[in-house]
Amino acid sequence: MEWMALSDAEWTAVRLSLRVATVAMLSSLPVALLVAMALARGRFWGRSILNGIVHMPLILPPVVTGFVLLLLFGRRGPIGAFLADNFGLVFSFRWTGAALACAVMGFPLMVRSIRLSIEAVDRKLEDAASTLGANPIWVFLTVTVPLILPGIVTGMILSFAKAMGEFGATITFVSNIPGETQTLSAAIYSFTQVPGGDAGAMRLAIISIILSMTALMLSELLAAAAARRTVAA
Amino acid sequence: MSLEVEASHRIGSFAIDAAFRSEGGVTALFGRSGSGKTSLVNIVAGLLRPDRGRIVLDGDVIADSGKRLFTPVHRRRFGYVFQEARLFPHLSVRHNLAYGRWFAGAGKSASEFAKIVEMLGIGDLLERRPSTLSGGERQRVAVGRALLATPRLLLMDEPLAALDEARKAEILPYIERLRDETKIPIVYVSHSVAEVARLAERVVVIEDGRVKASGTASVILNQPAAAIARRETGALVEGAVESHDAQHRLTVVRAGECLIRIPHLVSAPGNRLRLYIAGRDVMLATTKPEGISALNVLMGTIVDLSPAQEGSVDVRVDCGGNVIVSRITALSRDALGLEPGKPVHAIIKTVALDY
Repeated sequence: MEWMALSDAEWTAVRLSLRVATVAMLSSLPVALLVAMALARGRFWGRSILNGIVHMPLILPPVVTGFVLLLLFGRRGPIGAFLADNFGLVFSFRWTGAALACAVMGFPLMVRSIRLSIEAVDRKLEDAASTLGANPIWVFLTVTVPLILPGIVTGMILSFAKAMGEFGATITFVSNIPGETQTLSAAIYSFTQVPGGDAGAMRLAIISIILSMTALMLSELLAAAAARRTVAA
Repeated sequence: MSLEVEASHRIGSFAIDAAFRSEGGVTALFGRSGSGKTSLVNIVAGLLRPDRGRIVLDGDVIADSGKRLFTPVHRRRFGYVFQEARLFPHLSVRHNLAYGRWFAGAGKSASEFAKIVEMLGIGDLLERRPSTLSGGERQRVAVGRALLATPRLLLMDEPLAALDEARKAEILPYIERLRDETKIPIVYVSHSVAEVARLAERVVVIEDGRVKASGTASVILNQPAAAIARRETGALVEGAVESHDAQHRLTVVRAGECLIRIPHLVSAPGNRLRLYIAGRDVMLATTKPEGISALNVLMGTIVDLSPAQEGSVDVRVDCGGNVIVSRITALSRDALGLEPGKPVHAIIKTVALDY
């Protein structure tokens, strides 16, 4: 197992990937919940446009998504400049930018999964809750959210998995800087570009497979547990 | 307590335009399915916002479209028991019961919880999940959940309709206890004459979204075929439980001078009870029948006979102070020579008095 020993640089890439994926997943969750709610329940002008924008990263080439992010959130981009000047939040060539790119790429998957489970909720249960004195916010928190928990868990895992594998948009937006933006995928790519890098690529590829498998199995377990709790009456 | 409801609302080609009042106790909204009863109750609950309408409970204006006033559902404190229990599948029975209680504030004591749990007989179910309950158990939990939210008014939309006969017989006594032991006014939606007869003090007959008749239960239910479909014509008989026949699972009810046996062990001896006896379930005989399985053979005299309609007549018979309606064919009337004043025996099968 001597060859499996990871170098410091490789460990850094693994840790960075985990951090980027976790931040991407957690920070997109509240937004995804709101958007999924709006798409599933809202009757407003521009609903199909919102739906189209949400799904854009799924169909666009990742390089294009990364380029659009660069234009919008780059140091001189309209949003990027605003955030940097007012909140000190800088995305370009930082790990935060990698997290943003991953969050955007995973967003349609998360929204889709949550939206489907919202549409499956029996609204009569929400009516029942309101006759018992719960205002709309409490109805959402005590009835809707518990009932859509399996969808939320699935959406989170899908977003996490997407973030772990994301490459195109990230490398276009924040480049491939070791220790800052060089995630697992980018590191594997770098290894394959240099002579004698195969062993390193192989080590990271195995890690990547283990992480993905674990995430998948965890999601199955959590979704099954949540479904047991909410088994339809 | 008084409740005033006025509403007009259009859903596609169906229009509701109804107004009714209730002075406490159980008010039944009675009508066949599709008559707009459920929509009317949803308007009272606030789940449906009518085009025009006004709801006043004890002088407190809950909604008035003229003044653009509309209290949202969660602030009305109107309990609602739905046709399907609508228990929260992710909560245990205990937490389902506690749900509304929590929003009603800390005013409810533990003894109140225990009292309602005891009244509905759901003490053994508290740790179970709704999915593991039978239909009747679910409905009882739903009633308890609504009660524990300390409602000012209880709306019940055909709470028994989805249940089979045995389950109905299981729940009705609990609803009677609820009516007699709590002082909460109830609006009870039903299409079953028997249920309405047994529970309601006032009846509002709804047809095609409009109020066709309203008044006390005995007046409305004894009106010959006015408000009630002709098929359902019958008589309301009031009595008190005399005794139970535990071995044969029958209850004996005294009504005036008559003893009437009804199925199941319902209510405790001494309790008042109302029975609806449908005309088509009553036979007439000019001599006392023998060797007959029907348990209720009541002596009486004919009060009057209705004109023949489609070959059948309704005969009203006074049996020891109760007027019972019997629907027979015009042929039988002529064959037996029935006329007002003639003594007859009215025969009612016990099982026909099932709910």
